[in-house]
Amino acid sequence: MSEIESRGYIHSDVLVSTDWVASHLDDPGVRIIESNEDPLLYSTGHIPGAVEVDWTRDLNDPVRRDYLGREGFEALMRRIGATRDTTVVFYGDRNNWWATYAFWVFQLFGHDKAKVMDGGRIKWVNEQRPLTRDVPKHPASDYQAAERDDKRIRAFRDEVLRHVEAKGPMIDVRSPAEYTGERLHMPEYPNEGALRGGHIPGAANVPWAKAVNPDDGTFKPAQELRALYESEAGLKADDDVIVYCRIGERSSHTWFVLTHLLGYERVRNYDGSWTEWGNLVGVPIER
Amino acid sequence: MAVPEKLTQTLEMLELVPDRSERIQLLIDIAGRFEDVPPRISRRPFPKEHQVPACESEAYVFGEERPDGTLDFHFAVENPQGVSAKAMAVLLDETLSGAPPAQVAEVPQDIVYKVFGRELSMGKSMGLMAMVGMVATLAKKYEERKGA
Repeated sequence: MSEIESRGYIHSDVLVSTDWVASHLDDPGVRIIESNEDPLLYSTGHIPGAVEVDWTRDLNDPVRRDYLGREGFEALMRRIGATRDTTVVFYGDRNNWWATYAFWVFQLFGHDKAKVMDGGRIKWVNEQRPLTRDVPKHPASDYQAAERDDKRIRAFRDEVLRHVEAKGPMIDVRSPAEYTGERLHMPEYPNEGALRGGHIPGAANVPWAKAVNPDDGTFKPAQELRALYESEAGLKADDDVIVYCRIGERSSHTWFVLTHLLGYERVRNYDGSWTEWGNLVGVPIER
Repeated sequence: MAVPEKLTQTLEMLELVPDRSERIQLLIDIAGRFEDVPPRISRRPFPKEHQVPACESEAYVFGEERPDGTLDFHFAVENPQGVSAKAMAVLLDETLSGAPPAQVAEVPQDIVYKVFGRELSMGKSMGLMAMVGMVATLAKKYEERKGA
């Protein structure tokens, strides 16, 4: 049993170690993808053979607030040379925050041969594994994408409103100061894109990074995650759960934990998140 | 209010590098010139009042008075992966240290987009803009103290 398997996750195969990645650098069936919050980081050096998928440029519609459509995803996968059979392995900075966001977007298109490198970029760097500035040139593929499916793992505002009315469980993964609305009123803070502060009524506050060991960025064992989300926040494995943050990026990390590490089958990420809810007219807000 | 001359020159220089990969490389090179705040100014753990709000890279900004009545700006960036924050810190130091504080106080936060382009995440742009804002605030407070 591998160290990751010993942590008791329901779908432990979705997480791979830095050792696993190191032994698959030349595997033609694997495409390693770096996704970062910092737009400069990939170019300072990355895992040999890794391509960059930038959330802003590659995964978003350039005009409307939405993700790319089928054709855009197809073009992206063709550019990075991935086929439907390619196993994509995400890693990135900030405890894989943006890597799990990219992972989540890929799931909207049903590319389920996807994994995350435990510990992310910082673990690879701290282990003094090789980095390169060479940008790989993978032969373009003929990827045929499915239509984006927004129903299964994505929530929209009207669905969230019905969820609130039904008193469905929700997790707000922002910081406590954002959850209470205090941060929006701190004079030194920039406007965070919302007119009102607070949280969606009924949401429990579990900051996203609590799922990660601060020392090395790896995910905490299943037992500790259950204590966090079930004993403390009151979730149950068969719950219909909505997670949110400011724009849906941090909450995709929590979506990943609940769905893949704890095996919850009904978790949706509300990517409109607080920048939508905190600007909506007439919706309920708690502080 | 005029924009500090060195800042204007640097922004014009960056405009001459429209290619994204070349711009990134230039900014990485700039980040390579980053120097931590000297111990005579501050030591770890840095005071919270110097921490840039909303900056995910845990950046700190310090002002040091010069004999000529201007300020030197010093920075710390605690996130070892905070390359953008380090690049921003170097640019702010090299273009605003020694500039008239009244001009520094009026530097607009959206210079971040002129440096990094529009393709920044919301959190990243807020953090970088807050660095600019904190430098401007230090200059403004310094001017107020001088005038008091």
